[in-house]
Amino acid sequence: MKAKTGVFSTSLSVGLATGLYGISFGALSVTAGLDFYQTMALSLLMFSGGSQFAFIGVLGAGISPTNLLTAAGTAWLLGIRNGIYAIRLAPLIRAKNLRRISAAQLTIDESMAVATAQQDEQDGRKGFWLTGGFVFLFWNLMTAGGALLGGSFGDPKVLGLDTAAAAAFLALLWPRLKALRENLFAFSAALLALTSSLVLPSGIPVLVVAVFAVLFGLFVDKRGAQ
Amino acid sequence: MITWLYILLGAALVYSWKLIGYLLPARLLDRPLVQRSAEYLTIALLAALFAIQGFGSANQVVLDERAVGLLVAVLALVLRLPFIAVVFLAAAASAFLRLAL
Repeated sequence: MKAKTGVFSTSLSVGLATGLYGISFGALSVTAGLDFYQTMALSLLMFSGGSQFAFIGVLGAGISPTNLLTAAGTAWLLGIRNGIYAIRLAPLIRAKNLRRISAAQLTIDESMAVATAQQDEQDGRKGFWLTGGFVFLFWNLMTAGGALLGGSFGDPKVLGLDTAAAAAFLALLWPRLKALRENLFAFSAALLALTSSLVLPSGIPVLVVAVFAVLFGLFVDKRGAQ
Repeated sequence: MITWLYILLGAALVYSWKLIGYLLPARLLDRPLVQRSAEYLTIALLAALFAIQGFGSANQVVLDERAVGLLVAVLALVLRLPFIAVVFLAAAASAFLRLAL
């Protein structure tokens, strides 16, 4: 990432690696009961892996008005981190009008990570647009492939796609588990999710955990509150 | 039709965070309280989704082939393998186990 050309190759490899994962999203989405166009709409318009997997994860239990509302709500709550990234990236990207609208859509884990890893601002901007653009391109191409193949796979369990989704959430969570406090908190959240999933309909446990997290952040952890 | 409605609603809601981040003055959201709650929310949601996707099964908690795959994922993460390798190895371990059993 030192040389100028390094930004391009980093962006391309991150775009390819992340995009590949769109195959499992496409396949899981059609397995959850959405059609090809609905699956593509999620990848093109929602364009945020965590939110998309959460959306179809909730719908996996059945497409009902209640589940749809929970799916949209969960996707929304999971998308909150993109807002934090946007706040951090805004002074670097300094985009206006249409460019700002596009920059917002491309603001995801990967584009933020590559942009903020660069030494100077020009490389940072280049990394943001290239990584965001490559991820968008490959993610949507692979989603289409997965959605078309997904139906013929039949059971995604044969390919371990259910494990793939869980592993992806774990891999996204992993770097955030730095201190004992975060580890204990994540463990409690997982335990609360599983416990409440025994009695509550699917999708609701995630919302229970979200309420728990906000209350914890506001009232329990008082570090730096002064 | 209602499915389409909620897909578009969900997409608009997710996009709203991204756009608001570019429109709001940084000072407003730069408070420790807001930052901390946002960080905890992300950790909690990812942990909950991981737990339910990995161990949940229609109002039940089970240890099946997914757990073995996730053990492989943890190993891959400890070895600092890239994201795609973690996901691939975990899926492959589960798929292989299902094939073998």
